[in-house]
Amino acid sequence: MSVAVVSVTLTSKGDQVITARGLARTFEGRGRGKQKEEVKAVAGVDIDVAEGEIVGFLGPNGAGKTTTLRMLTTLLKPTAGSATVAGYDVATQSQQVRRSIGYVSQSGSTSPEARAGEEIMDHGMLYGISQKQAESRGRELFEQLDLEGLWERQPRAMSGGQRRRLDIAMGLVHDPTLVFLDEPTTGLDPQARANLWTHIADLRTKRGATIFLTTHYLDEADALCDRILVIDHGSIVASDTPDALKKQVAGDLVSLVVADPARAAEAAELLGRIADTEVVIAESHDGFTGVSTRVRGAGHEVAGLIRGLDAAGIALESIEVRRPTLDDVFLDLTGRSLREDA
Amino acid sequence: MFWRETYIVFRRQLRMALRNPAWVIIGLVQPILYLCLFGPLLEPLASTLGAENAYTLFVPGLLVQLGLFGALFAGFGLIAEWRAGVIEAERVTPASRTALLLGRILRDVLQLFVQGIVLIGLAFLFGLTGSILGMVFGLILTVLLGAACAAASNALALTTKSEDVMAPVINSIALPVLLLSGILLPMTIGPEWLQVVSDFMPTKYIVNAIRELFVGDFFTITTMWGVIWTIVLFAAGLYVGTRTFRKENA
Repeated sequence: MSVAVVSVTLTSKGDQVITARGLARTFEGRGRGKQKEEVKAVAGVDIDVAEGEIVGFLGPNGAGKTTTLRMLTTLLKPTAGSATVAGYDVATQSQQVRRSIGYVSQSGSTSPEARAGEEIMDHGMLYGISQKQAESRGRELFEQLDLEGLWERQPRAMSGGQRRRLDIAMGLVHDPTLVFLDEPTTGLDPQARANLWTHIADLRTKRGATIFLTTHYLDEADALCDRILVIDHGSIVASDTPDALKKQVAGDLVSLVVADPARAAEAAELLGRIADTEVVIAESHDGFTGVSTRVRGAGHEVAGLIRGLDAAGIALESIEVRRPTLDDVFLDLTGRSLREDA
Repeated sequence: MFWRETYIVFRRQLRMALRNPAWVIIGLVQPILYLCLFGPLLEPLASTLGAENAYTLFVPGLLVQLGLFGALFAGFGLIAEWRAGVIEAERVTPASRTALLLGRILRDVLQLFVQGIVLIGLAFLFGLTGSILGMVFGLILTVLLGAACAAASNALALTTKSEDVMAPVINSIALPVLLLSGILLPMTIGPEWLQVVSDFMPTKYIVNAIRELFVGDFFTITTMWGVIWTIVLFAAGLYVGTRTFRKENA
């Protein structure tokens, strides 16, 4: 009985912290002639985010991620559709929305010449918090985000990772339960990115926050998110868990590199017996010949393949089995690779 | 609430400005340079220009110039802030958009006020005499004009978001205003066509009014027009400024 009750509360409507219906934004641009041209940045999206979720908004640059985020955070008025954020309407109750959410923009939040501690205190005070409270909240956040000792530091003298963590601290100073992060790790080195991922995951585990983030990095969406919304050309083309999305792709990628190019065709023929998609033969730059295809349940099939290759006396330079990545998902959904834009 | 937000923004702006000594020094040196290097040129011309004291002619012009130019360039700082994401971060708080603008204008106005006091105080050393009360009113007109210009400059900055667009716009406004307002020399010594053209320049009336105030003429038509134009420009500047700051996507 109690299990049923729990599952009901988890899926009940009351726990939705973001609900958007047909949210759209068109900009007026000018075409090559003088005539006005309507540019659809976001062409009517539906978004549902439940309390406690980490949802990733994935898409290439210019897909409409930031525009959607700016509409949800009251920075931009939708031209059509509606959205409720933290229980308030973004169009008519923007003040209440602003009070309830934290927003970490990709362009930063502090002046390079200011001092970090003063910036976070002023920011907190703009939310109506007293100076004392803003200071104690700020210092607490500095500690949580590994910024101890940087209270007096100017943002221009901080590393990229420190500045991003300062931006996150700024966005959390009023203790919001819903946090929007726009491209949180863009421009950071791999170590700083991994470090920031831990902090973002902590927002939920330690503060119980709901997180909505945009990214054009697949590994980021994969590592952080419970659910991913894939956006392309202003429309959401998929919405699911990273694993479910990856399962949509037809199987794992199996790539062989054949030592003797003359035998590539035979290898391709053997690989073709277990393949779910067309077998591709490609000359690699170092003179070897690669043979690849997608195979469902490759882990199970590959052993037989290797025995077959061995029996035929075809020597391999290497064999690789790769699980589908979100890049494959994106390619599958849109016909384009995300990496071209990344 | 509104005033608290305005104060928070103002305090932040002032703190950052004061921390940059170059900014403070340049702001104070400018009026001193004008007094020292340009004042002596005007002194022998004063009687020709119909003034008993060269500095009642010269200081009001300098005041308006400070008000116009210092404030018109205020928007450049805003572009840098916008680029750093500060404006967007402030706009996502529940703070009033007008407070975000007003706090910034108050910093520019304070700077102008201090510069004006330094200018008038130094001018006394050079030989300025006149009505103290008139000088106070003159300074108030200057500050109101400066607030209008700072608001307009911030609005322009937030609209263009580019120094490269803003610099030519401001220069193309500032030069004719400087030349046609009689800031350095009164327009009355010019040919008639030039006087007619300058009649269309609101700031000319303000300069003239401040000159009258400096010699103690409070209730003249000239003073009245100057006060009216100052109020009109002040209201227009604040209107454009707040409108831009309230506009979404700005």
